[in-house]
Amino acid sequence: MTDKKKTPRQVNVTSKTSVSVLFAGDSGDGMQLTGTQFANTVAIHGSELNTFPNFPSEIRAPAGTVAGVSGFQLQFSSKPVYTPGARFDVMVAMNSAALKANLKNLHRGGIIIAGTEGFDEKNLKLAGYPEGANPLYDGSLDNYIVFPVPILQLTREALKESGLSSKEIDRCKNMFVLGLLYWLYTLPFEGTMETMYAKFKKNVWMAEANIKAMKAGYYFGDETELFANLGRFDISPHKQHGIYRRVTGNEACAIALTAASRKAGLELFLGSYPITPATEILQTLAKKKKYGVKTFQAEDEIAGIVSSIGAAYGGALAATNTSGPGLALKTEALGLAVILEIPLVVINVQRGGPSTGLPTKPEQSDLFMALYGRHGEAPLPVIAAHSPVDCFYATYEAARIAVEHMTPVICLSDGYLALSSEPWEVESPDNLAKITPRFQPAREPGDSPYLPYKRDERQVRSWAIPGTRGLEHRIGGLEKQHETGNISHDPENHELMTKLRAEKIDRIADSIPLQSIDNGPLTGDLLILGWGSTYGAIKTAVEQALEKGYSVAHAHLRYIHPFPKNLKEILGNYKQVMIPELNNGQLVHVIRDTFLIAPESYTKVQGVPFNEMEILTKITDLLKELKS
Amino acid sequence: MTDNDKTIKALTAPLTAKDFASDQEPKWCPGCGDHSVLQQLKQVLPELGVTPENIVFLSGIGCSSRLPYYLATYGVHGIHGRALPMATGLKIARPELSVWVGTGDGDALSIGGNHFIHTLRRNPDLNVLLFNNEIYGLTKGQYSPTSKIGLKTVTSPSGVIDQPFNTAALTIGSGGSFFARAFDRDGKLLRTILKRAAEHKGTSLVEIYQNCPIFNNAAFEAFATLDSKADNTIYVEQGKPLVFGKNKNRGIMLDGFTPIVVDLDKDDLSTSDLWLHDESDINKASILARFADDESLPRPIGVFYAENRATYEDALADQIKDSQQNGYGTLEQLLKGENSYEIKSAVV
Repeated sequence: MTDKKKTPRQVNVTSKTSVSVLFAGDSGDGMQLTGTQFANTVAIHGSELNTFPNFPSEIRAPAGTVAGVSGFQLQFSSKPVYTPGARFDVMVAMNSAALKANLKNLHRGGIIIAGTEGFDEKNLKLAGYPEGANPLYDGSLDNYIVFPVPILQLTREALKESGLSSKEIDRCKNMFVLGLLYWLYTLPFEGTMETMYAKFKKNVWMAEANIKAMKAGYYFGDETELFANLGRFDISPHKQHGIYRRVTGNEACAIALTAASRKAGLELFLGSYPITPATEILQTLAKKKKYGVKTFQAEDEIAGIVSSIGAAYGGALAATNTSGPGLALKTEALGLAVILEIPLVVINVQRGGPSTGLPTKPEQSDLFMALYGRHGEAPLPVIAAHSPVDCFYATYEAARIAVEHMTPVICLSDGYLALSSEPWEVESPDNLAKITPRFQPAREPGDSPYLPYKRDERQVRSWAIPGTRGLEHRIGGLEKQHETGNISHDPENHELMTKLRAEKIDRIADSIPLQSIDNGPLTGDLLILGWGSTYGAIKTAVEQALEKGYSVAHAHLRYIHPFPKNLKEILGNYKQVMIPELNNGQLVHVIRDTFLIAPESYTKVQGVPFNEMEILTKITDLLKELKS
Repeated sequence: MTDNDKTIKALTAPLTAKDFASDQEPKWCPGCGDHSVLQQLKQVLPELGVTPENIVFLSGIGCSSRLPYYLATYGVHGIHGRALPMATGLKIARPELSVWVGTGDGDALSIGGNHFIHTLRRNPDLNVLLFNNEIYGLTKGQYSPTSKIGLKTVTSPSGVIDQPFNTAALTIGSGGSFFARAFDRDGKLLRTILKRAAEHKGTSLVEIYQNCPIFNNAAFEAFATLDSKADNTIYVEQGKPLVFGKNKNRGIMLDGFTPIVVDLDKDDLSTSDLWLHDESDINKASILARFADDESLPRPIGVFYAENRATYEDALADQIKDSQQNGYGTLEQLLKGENSYEIKSAVV
């Protein structure tokens, strides 16, 4: 096959609103790269987009097995999308294990593009198909549109004169698939060409081989009769004119911490220990030295948070990031931060638990730990992010509250948000809330002695940092006397300080926005109350329910402690409240306990997010029950 | 006099020990070695040329960790074992501060053991005072990771059976850049060592043999009394031969890697035949560190090892400076990122 562009045969191009695509293959097949490239092209094309990678926790699980399947799912659309799609319309299966692992999530009638080399006897056996069975040809896929493509063979043909080793040639097969998908969705490949030249700056021949494989895939679509009946598709762009970037939740957290430090006029310090799926926050910030960011990869989770407490005491905007097991290790230090009353941002990227649990899978099961997981009376604010882009706004808000209210704040994300991505219209610095640290100024002769635990009307103490003349003081984990901060074991004083620390957190409710209704009527039959990463599935399901004329609304909590002041009133405006959560029912406990109401709990603890169909079914069932 | 007044005075008159005393009465037991360490510190701090507001004392939990409360500087009494990472975070955030850590054998070597080794290898510029009394005092007399084998305590009624840590060897083995040993009872020596620790750029680990009169009294008696001290300890000084004994007539020679005690009077040797102390020699420092495991050798005191190497906070600051060669990143640049794209056609 030559590189020359052929005149395309006339193939029908059908317009579609949304498509969900899964690239799936063995961990070594380059599916993450293919998916990312496809997503970049779609984003630049101006489509609405949501992506979600799905890979095994082992770096190299046994090749060809179901355990080793790595997937990258994305949905792109000409209208806003909030999930990667409940089911996919198109599945690329590089091998039989990829097909086996994902078939249940393919729409009936969906398209399968199968790399036939991955369906040889050996691969079929590794994937666990019975001897002699081959799903591509035995009729078991009759409900789908199957395109068996000899991807490897065609890649080898395209690159036979490239001078690359056969191993290197074989590694380009994912680019063939990428090209074929570009053809199928009438997308341009020039962006990927640029990326390849940039990536292989020193090995131009590698860039050229990858591009050749991609073009081979693209023109294969044109040349083969295979797709004549299906035709090509076009998803018209939606995004308005503007500058965008694509971010994952973890990247957004890192950017937010840096932005908050700038806005507050503070240096950012992150003390952290690598843990899945939170590590990219540390990795991203380690690359932000240009912005003065100091990262410290500590020897363990405890040193991660304690070093941050030290930096916060010194006047930095200090943060630590972790996931469940790490948060468990940090709890004693969190208590110290509570009693020291210093600002600290703790980002917990939740994963399946308990213990090591499901390290690469999302879950919302750390809510109780965030709210209550400390010894003693140690309240602190808890807020939650609801989308990859929202990780920016939630983290920024956590930093604002920490600094302005002199308290540690836990910001909850999860493995789904952490790795998912969506386009984000570049934010302007002017739109970011002010963050004002309350530094105590130096004292002059004759001034009254400094009282470290003297509070303002919001019960917030001041931030007196070393190096400030006249403010030398000693604080610590022992209970302190009101105002002076000296050690005190006085019974009444301990009760007073306990109540003051709680009141300080409760009063944050005075300065946060009231709860709003995301979608739907202000009063009605059913309110879906969500928090965190369930946003996309709830949002989509409620949209669909409203189109059907159901009396249902959606409210999504950002502030879980303290709650917005009007939450009780909102909950009272509906006959029933339903709380979907990726845990065994945690927020529902808190709501029941706080407001003495009996919401319906809807839970899923499978290490995978809700999809919109599940939520919609539940809504339909609940409304039926309410009617009867 | 309030802390505030003291600071103001600091600007006008030379500082004295009194300027570094806080208004809190030390709550250590009468006769505790910690009182002496506090006294020596208050003597030394005014001589460092650093004003109180630029000094921070951090600590973990234990008797020694009460130290910050009694000094009129900034201070944080943290959680058990974690003073070192707190100090590291503070030092990285505020390299210009003089940061000190008060810790004990339980705090630093047991619950904080992991932080101990990692802090030493990273080498932030901290002054770490490890009060070693070979016992848990605050929790009332359990054995510690430096308690001697056989010591009977409430948790080892039949005697300790685990091998104690050798603090000096652990420090050097962890990549520490400074190790010194001192005694609570020898104020002059302690002041000298404290000053050396303050001057050393990097993590200065000072092990202070400190008597707990309640739970482990006289653990260091052999090195402490006037009678026994001269024969049982050896003060190591840079460039000087290793001489000890009441009459300064005993010395240490190296036979290969093995230290041997010689008698200068009897063995027909002069001081020029002896081991010359070299603080920059890590091999010799390692041998000195092992003296504590051999009862036939005198216990070394003084600065064993001092190495000049980059501190963690300086190395990080250099990297930050390098990455800002083309200018300090702006908030606009941060928000825009490096892979942003423009969508020109607006199709609705």
